[in-house]
Amino acid sequence: MKLLIKNATIVDPACDVYAELDMAIEDGTISHIGAHIKEEAETVIDAKGKVLMPGLTDMHVHLREPGREDKETVATGTVAAIKGGVTALLAMPNTEPAIDTKEHVQLLKGIIGRSASAHVYMAGALTKGRQGKELADFAAMQEEGIIALTDDGSSVDDEGLMRSALRLARERGLLVICHCEEKTLANSGVVNLGLISTKLGLRGIPCEAEYKRVARDILLAEEAGCRIHIAHVSCEKSLEIIAKAKKRGVQVTAETAPHYFTLTEDAVSGYDTNKKMNPPLRSAQDKEAICQALRDGTIDVIASDHAPHTESEKEVEFDFAEFGVVGLETLLAVSITELLHTKVLSLPGLVRKLSCNPSAILGLCKASLKKGCQAELIIVDLHKEWQVTKRSLVSKSKNSAFLGRRLQGVVEYVILGDRVVHQARH
Amino acid sequence: MEWKRKDLLGLEELDKEEIELILTTAESFKEVSHRYIKKVPALRGKTVVNLFYEPSTRTRVSFEVAAKRLSADVINIAAETSSVKKGETLIDTGRNVEALKADIIVIRHNSSGSAHLLARNVGISVVNGGDGWHEHPTQALLDMFTLKEKLGRLKGLRVSIVGDIAHSRVARSNIWGLTKLGAEVIICAPPMLIPPRIEAMGVRITHDIDDALRDADAINVLRMQFERDERNAFPQQIDYFRHFGISTERLKKAKKNIIVMHPGPINRGIEMSSEVADSANSVILEQVTNGIAVRMAVLYLVSHAHDKINEATD
Amino acid sequence: MQEKAKILDRETIQRTLMRMAHEILEKNKGTQALCLMGIRNRGVYLAHRLAACIKGIENAEIPVGVLDITLYRDDLTLLTPNPVVHKTEVAFDITDKNVVLVDDVLYTGRTVRAALDALMDLGRPKSIQLAVLIDRGHRELPIRPDFVGKNIPTSQNEFVELRLLESDGIDEAVIKQKKT
Repeated sequence: MKLLIKNATIVDPACDVYAELDMAIEDGTISHIGAHIKEEAETVIDAKGKVLMPGLTDMHVHLREPGREDKETVATGTVAAIKGGVTALLAMPNTEPAIDTKEHVQLLKGIIGRSASAHVYMAGALTKGRQGKELADFAAMQEEGIIALTDDGSSVDDEGLMRSALRLARERGLLVICHCEEKTLANSGVVNLGLISTKLGLRGIPCEAEYKRVARDILLAEEAGCRIHIAHVSCEKSLEIIAKAKKRGVQVTAETAPHYFTLTEDAVSGYDTNKKMNPPLRSAQDKEAICQALRDGTIDVIASDHAPHTESEKEVEFDFAEFGVVGLETLLAVSITELLHTKVLSLPGLVRKLSCNPSAILGLCKASLKKGCQAELIIVDLHKEWQVTKRSLVSKSKNSAFLGRRLQGVVEYVILGDRVVHQARH
Repeated sequence: MEWKRKDLLGLEELDKEEIELILTTAESFKEVSHRYIKKVPALRGKTVVNLFYEPSTRTRVSFEVAAKRLSADVINIAAETSSVKKGETLIDTGRNVEALKADIIVIRHNSSGSAHLLARNVGISVVNGGDGWHEHPTQALLDMFTLKEKLGRLKGLRVSIVGDIAHSRVARSNIWGLTKLGAEVIICAPPMLIPPRIEAMGVRITHDIDDALRDADAINVLRMQFERDERNAFPQQIDYFRHFGISTERLKKAKKNIIVMHPGPINRGIEMSSEVADSANSVILEQVTNGIAVRMAVLYLVSHAHDKINEATD
Repeated sequence: MQEKAKILDRETIQRTLMRMAHEILEKNKGTQALCLMGIRNRGVYLAHRLAACIKGIENAEIPVGVLDITLYRDDLTLLTPNPVVHKTEVAFDITDKNVVLVDDVLYTGRTVRAALDALMDLGRPKSIQLAVLIDRGHRELPIRPDFVGKNIPTSQNEFVELRLLESDGIDEAVIKQKKT
C-alpha cells in the first residue's frame, strides 16, 4: 500500500522543514520526502498550495464517556477530533465515574479500544472521585496506561494533599495538570469580575481566583521537583507568574484555549451561555497578554478544552448554565484565523503549539514527519473559509463559542498510517 | 420615531429617542387614570401574562392595573403555584404561555438575563419586570417620568442614587436611562456595595452621603436588603442609617426642593426616616401612580409582537 | 399622488366656518351648555376657529377640548408599529353638555365612531353633534353630520387634503388623484 502526496508545503518544526516537497508513505510509514518524487503509488494526492503538518495533539479534551454519553462519547468525540485535524488527544478523567482507579482506567481503555477513531490517551484523577480528600492510586492507574494526573474541573484545595500528590507523581514520572481555581475567591461567579459582571448583574470571578492557585501550584511543584502543566490560562497575572517560574527553572508548562486569545468578556453581553466557561473570558488586556505569551513562549500549548454540554444544560438561565464550550472542530481554524493570519505566530510556531509541544509534554513520540516515522499527519487549506454552524459540527453537542463566525482553515485530509481517515467534502 | 422592538428587556439597549418616546407616550396615558371611566380599548382582546418567579406585589399589581386600563386580559402566574417548581424550564414555561395565545409576558425572575433568555425563545412580546441584579427598566422609566414631570427636564439634572448599588437592578436601569438622557448621576454607597468599574457606565462614585446630597436635584434611595447578606458584609442596620440614611437634618443641607424617590417598599428608619418619607420633598406615592402610565405605555408599544426570526446560526 | 383641483381657499374656508358657527348657535339656541371637541389633528384647529367665530357672534367663550382617538381605532391591531399616542385634553366635564365634535374631512365614518366611544368614556353628554368642514361621501357606518361646510362628491381613487395655517402654513383644500 503506497500513498504519494505531491507539492505540499511541508511544515515539520521538529526537523526544521518548511518547504514545498513531495512525501511518500509506504505501509503506514513515511518512506521518502523530497522534491519531485517519481514513484508509482495507489493513491496520489495533489496538495499544491496546501500545508502538510503533523496531526494535532489536543491535551485537554472532555470526551464525557463513561457516564455522560448524552453529551459526547469516545466515538463521536474522536470523529469530531479527526475532522478538526486532531489525531491524538488526552481525555480528562472527570467522567462519571471519575477515572480514579485501576478498574475505571480499564473501563475507559476498553471503550477507547472499541470505538476511538483517533489516538486517545488517558489522564487519571489526582484524588478519589475528584473530591480533593484522598489520593487516587497513581501506580495502579499508571500500569493501566494513564500518562498524566489531574482533577480538572476542580483544584485540590488541601495544600498538604497537593504536596503529597506532586511528590508521588514525581516518583512515578507522571505529569500533573493543574486546573487552577480558588473556589472561595471565585465566589460562585459566572463571568469575569469587572465591567461585564457589573453591567450584566452577574457574580464575577476575579483573576486572583486563578493566579493565586497558579502561584501555589508552581511553588509546591518546585519544592517537589514535579513537572506540572497549567491548564487553560486566561489572565495576564497568571502569565507573569508562569514566566518568572520558567525563568528560574521550574518544570512548568502552560496552555491556553482558542477562546481566550479570540474573545473577551464583552462576548458575554446578551447572556450568551455559549460564552460561559471556566475560567471566564477576560478583559481585552488579558487577551492581548495571552497573544504576547504565545509569541514569547510563556504559553507552550493551545488546547481546545473541548467541553460538550447538551442544549438543555445550556439554554437555561445564565446562572444555571454549565460552564464550557466544544472546541475540537474549531481549534485549528480559530488558531489559523486569529494567530497565523494576524501574524501573532508563524506557521512553524503554530504547529509547535498545537502539535510538537503538547506531544513532548505528554512524552509521546510523535508530531514528526521524519522518514521512518508512523504517518500521523494532516493536509490543511489555510485560506479556505467556512462558517461555524450547529449543522457544521459533528460533535454530539453544539455549544460552540464560535457559532456564526466565519473562519479560515479547513482540514482537507487526515492520514493515520496507511489510511486516509478523513477527507473534506467539496 | 417609531417603536420597533417586540420586547423591552432593559434600558441599556435603548437609545435616547426610544426612551423619550416611552416617556412621551406615558404622558398621554397618565390622563386615562384621571377619567371617570379609567379604561381605553387599545389592547382589547389581548392577553398579558404576569410570570413572576419572585414575589413582588407592587410591580405585579402595577402591571396588572396598567394592562386592565388598556382593556387587556391579565393572567398572573406565580412560580410557587405553577409547574416551575416541578422542574419545568423557563423556556418550556414560556412556550406554554405562548401556546395559550397570550400576547405579552411580563417576567420577574431572580436570575440576571432570564428575560433575554425568554425573549430569544418565544415569538410573543417579553417585558422585563426585573431580572436578578441586572435591570428593572419600567421602574427606572417611572422614576425618570416622575423627575421630568416634577422638574420639567432630565438633561443637566444631578441625580444621586444611594444604597446597595451592587445588587440593584433599579440602580443599573436608572444609570443607563439617566445618562442617556443627559443627567449627571452620582452613586453613593459603602465601598463593598459598589460593583467594580461602574464608573465606566458614566457615573461618579462617592461614599459620603452629604456629598451625594450636595447640589443634587433628586435623590433615589434604594431599598436595603439585609436578608440577602450572605456573608455579613453589609454594615449593621443602625450603622447604615447613621452613615447613609436620609434624615431631616441631612436633607436641610441639600437643595430646598430636592426630590426624594424610593422604589419601595421603604424600610422606615433604615434608608430614610419616616419624616423624610412623608415630607413635601418625597414623591414616593406619585411614583406609584406614574408607574401605571409608564407601564401602559410600554405594554401599548410592544403589543404588536411579531414571530421572531429564527436565530442566524440555525 | 397628483393634485387635481383646489376646492377651497382661505376666504371660502373662513366664510364657511362663520356660517357653520351660526348654524351651531341656531340649533343649540345659544351657547348654554355648548362645547366643542376637536379630533386630532386638524379638527382641533377648526374647533378653535369655530369657537372664535362664536365669540365674535355671541361674545361668549365656549370650552374647546382635544380628542386623541388613536386608542379607539378599530384598525389599531392591524397597524405596525403602533401609531403615536397623543394626549386627550379635556379640561371640563362633558356630562350634560351639548358636545359638537369637529373634524376636517368626513369619509368612511370610522374616525367619528372612535371619537364617539372616546367621548362616552369621558362622561355622559346630553347630546353629541357632528361638524365637518368637508363631507366627501363613501360612508361605511351609519353616521350623518349635523353641520357640513361643503359637500364634495369624490371617487374612491381620490383623496381630499385640507391644509391649515396652524399646521401647514396655508389655508386650502385640494383633491388629489391616486396614481394608477
